[in-house]
Amino acid sequence: MRRDASHRKMIEDLERILGPGRVLSDPLRLLAYECDGYTVQKGRPSAVVFPGSTEEVAAVVRYLHRHRIPFVPRGAGTGLSGGATALNGEVVISLVRMNRILHIDYENRYAIVEPGVVNRKLSERTASRGYYYAPDPSSQQACTIGGNVGENAGGPHCLKYGVTTHHVLALEWVLPDGEVALVGGPNGDDIGYDLRGLVIGSEGTLGIVTRIWVRLLKKPAGVRTVLALFDTVEDASRAVSEVISRGIVPGALEMMDRLAIRAVEAGAYPVGYPEDIEAVLLLELDGPEEGLEEQAREAVDVCRRRRVRDVRVASGEAERALWWNNRKTAFGAMGNLSPDYLVQDGVIPRSALPEVLARIAEISRDSGLRIANVFHAGDGNLHPLILFDSRNPGETERAVETGSRVLQVCADVGGSITGEHGVGLEKINEMAKIFSPRDLDYQMKIREVWNPEELCNPGKIFPRPARCIDRQPPLGRPASVPV
Amino acid sequence: MAAPEERGRSAFQWPDPPDPDKYSACVHCGLCLEACPTYQELGLEDQSPRGRVYLIRAAAEGRLPLDGALVDPVFRCLDCRACETVCPSGVRVGALIEEARGQVFAARPARGGPGRLQRLILRKIFPYPGRLRFLARLGRWYQRSGLRRLVRAAGLLRLLPPHLREMEAVLPDIPARTSREQLPPRWPAEGTRRGRVALLTGCVMDVLFAGTNVATARVLARNGFDVVTPSGQTCCGALHVHAGDRETAKTMARRNIDVFLSEDVDAIVVNAAGCGSALKEYGELLRADSLYREKAERFSRMVRDISEFLAEAGFEPPKGRIDARITYHDACHHCHAQGIRRQPRELLRRIPGLELIEMPDSERCCGSAGIYNLTHPELAGPLLDRKMADVPEGVEAIVTGNPGCMLQIMVGVHRTGTSRKVLHTVDVLDAAYRAEVETT
Ligand SMILES: Cc1cc2nc3c(=O)[nH]c(=O)nc-3n(C[C@H](O)[C@H](O)[C@H](O)COP(=O)(O)OP(=O)(O)OC[C@H]3O[C@@H](n4cnc5c(N)ncnc54)[C@H](O)[C@@H]3O)c2cc1C
Ligand code: SF4
Ligand code: SF4
Repeated sequence: MRRDASHRKMIEDLERILGPGRVLSDPLRLLAYECDGYTVQKGRPSAVVFPGSTEEVAAVVRYLHRHRIPFVPRGAGTGLSGGATALNGEVVISLVRMNRILHIDYENRYAIVEPGVVNRKLSERTASRGYYYAPDPSSQQACTIGGNVGENAGGPHCLKYGVTTHHVLALEWVLPDGEVALVGGPNGDDIGYDLRGLVIGSEGTLGIVTRIWVRLLKKPAGVRTVLALFDTVEDASRAVSEVISRGIVPGALEMMDRLAIRAVEAGAYPVGYPEDIEAVLLLELDGPEEGLEEQAREAVDVCRRRRVRDVRVASGEAERALWWNNRKTAFGAMGNLSPDYLVQDGVIPRSALPEVLARIAEISRDSGLRIANVFHAGDGNLHPLILFDSRNPGETERAVETGSRVLQVCADVGGSITGEHGVGLEKINEMAKIFSPRDLDYQMKIREVWNPEELCNPGKIFPRPARCIDRQPPLGRPASVPV
Repeated sequence: MAAPEERGRSAFQWPDPPDPDKYSACVHCGLCLEACPTYQELGLEDQSPRGRVYLIRAAAEGRLPLDGALVDPVFRCLDCRACETVCPSGVRVGALIEEARGQVFAARPARGGPGRLQRLILRKIFPYPGRLRFLARLGRWYQRSGLRRLVRAAGLLRLLPPHLREMEAVLPDIPARTSREQLPPRWPAEGTRRGRVALLTGCVMDVLFAGTNVATARVLARNGFDVVTPSGQTCCGALHVHAGDRETAKTMARRNIDVFLSEDVDAIVVNAAGCGSALKEYGELLRADSLYREKAERFSRMVRDISEFLAEAGFEPPKGRIDARITYHDACHHCHAQGIRRQPRELLRRIPGLELIEMPDSERCCGSAGIYNLTHPELAGPLLDRKMADVPEGVEAIVTGNPGCMLQIMVGVHRTGTSRKVLHTVDVLDAAYRAEVETT
């Protein structure tokens, strides 16, 4: 990090733009902003700024653009691929102080929020009127809706209700040069190109989202949550396939394997699962009351036929909440088993799960690192969690390499390398596993339309062959992928 | 376990540093961010649980000196443990913070962190019940002699910062005698004797809320327990641990351990949430003390909050009526530090006539946090305002189980200009038992 005269001038200028107390520049305090939920790669920002309005974001961006100073938008920093990390000392633009719910229109079922609004807060605010915001990433108690837009976040209930992009109608967006644009409309689609869709999931590389129009849904009248414990992963997977092939559309369908179960049982919300169980399946049905009971019975029947050890329906809201809290804290609970973890975000055809898990087990044995698996079973989004200890020399590199091998397995069975956590820093080099050099080139051309100088969240998503020499290569990976 | 990666000399050069096993349990997931009152208020990651743990780790790895960037977040933490309730990895954030404060306290004897005056009070007053009593007498004299009227009339209070002025205004009338002077060494059980317990009288409870201590003993006796109040006991040391003065805290802990373990009792009962969790953590505080570690753990296992004790042992539902609507505030050191949520409500719900109306977010810190309201008014103030805004319409009293919260909420009631009472759970239960004597 340069701490020279130009740096001092930048801090003074930013303070002038934003006013006192809105620029953090003490290099020691900036340590707390070194990484997000992905801790393998770190970089200390040269400053963190806290704008409070669209105008302030635009003013800061205009200034940084004019001076060719790169910057990174950041929400709560719960991202799992390094998207909000200032790897090369960029200026971090924190959106957490823009956390107002600006407007709620129950009649037309939408809300306008600032990007720093915490996902769950919106559902809490609208609950008394019987509404909620559907995308429910497991991190929803902390992550921001701006960050959700950045990553096009999903969640357990996205199986039935869709991911962030299906719930965002329109966006206000500060372009990387400081211009402000509005995209989308009351139905979410644009006349002409769907720029709204393009921005969602662009991981902060196309600009900064400053206002978001989101859909509100009426809470389903009824819910039935089924918990099933299986002695083999195969049986659990078959049960999943059969439930879906019978035309039942669960709101959510989640699976955890034995090691993941061990972690959550040591965590904040133990359910009391038997220690020797191989797979836990959590299946939720929701919608109008009529028919729910039969569907639940049918799901239970399917599990019984698949040699379930124990299956039952939640007795009430308290039990349901416990089961979900237990499941939703699975990543964080890895700390009970290991000081560090690396989570992968593969997508696989549902039917391939037993095979993929068997191959992951092999990779785990081979690498000597334990791997726990959490699975959004309904839509085939698999999260293998590689446990390691960064204090052991070489182990971080081994974890990264192991993760890469796991993703290769996903790609081999016809899947993808990311379902919902984004590419960020972490999976840059995995992009070549699913895209040809030409595909990548096209995508980078799109970025160049708005972000030609790569000032906005540089070095994310795409490999940077041209400039990789003067950059630290990501730990333990090839420095670049030829394009 | 492998040695921590060597990056430089650890900033923690004094005994009893933050425990590496505790900070390496943090996986940096961030699920704790929104649970943290200081992060909610400031939106700064260095003022969040994840940030604090990260900075402590960085200091241990020699990447951060024992300086402002670490000291400020570590001392601005409320030690409310809300983060521990939500942390899926079971990171002991509170303990880490306290250990880090210990390093700051040891490193900077005269300046930074707690100031000279605070140091003097911690070391020369709290360990000595006699001196506390003397101060209490002085306070009572101030309140009653006419001096207070004079001071107020002369406008001298304007010299105090606003938060101290408010505190002066609401401080309850100091009772003539401390609870230790009022309580007999042994208060015999009524009816069939079910056991024998020892009571911790504490420091603030002893002088400011003496009546609640006496009520606690009376309620225990009413439920069949002999209550002993060992005279050699001292303040629990929680304030010292919070300030980083671990050495004084340890001396006081050893003293209490010796005094209480020499009594033949089934449990050590406490009525202050903060003291209760400090006593339950003696094992942790003295973990490096080979002579006391085992005794401390035994001691800690015997400690029960009064509500916890009554709920466990079973209590006789009072027959006296109290016709009132109340709300309940969960002291952080009840809900987050000890997992006590259900028990006080159970006691209150069994009182005929009493209507408990829950307040939203009852587990959010009121800003008291030991003496935080005195050291960090800029954060404690907004927290108190939020707490008062959550008090449901139409309740006549706010009930809780910790003296610090009671004082803080009294300030809140004063600020909002209502006539609500602030009561301890035991006060209400005791009143219900006494009402039954009056009605029969
Ligand atoms: C325990 C745990 C569980 C998780 N579970 C899920 C899950 O179930 N589903 C899921 O999808 N994800 C999950 N995640 C990942 C993460 O929480 C999501 O990606 C979330 O959307 C990130 O939000 P954030 O506010 O933390 O954003 P950040 O991490 O701060 O940023 C994420 C990305 O968005 C960009 N960004 C942030 N704000 C803006 C803005 N206003 N404008 C433009 N770009 C912006 C950043 O530059 C970055 O690239 C989980 C994470 C954890 C730690
Ligand atoms: S303290 Fe716990 S909840 Fe917070 S970041 Fe660390 S592991 Fe996650
Ligand atoms: S103890 Fe309270 S104030 Fe301190 S980090 Fe945890 S939640 Fe924040």
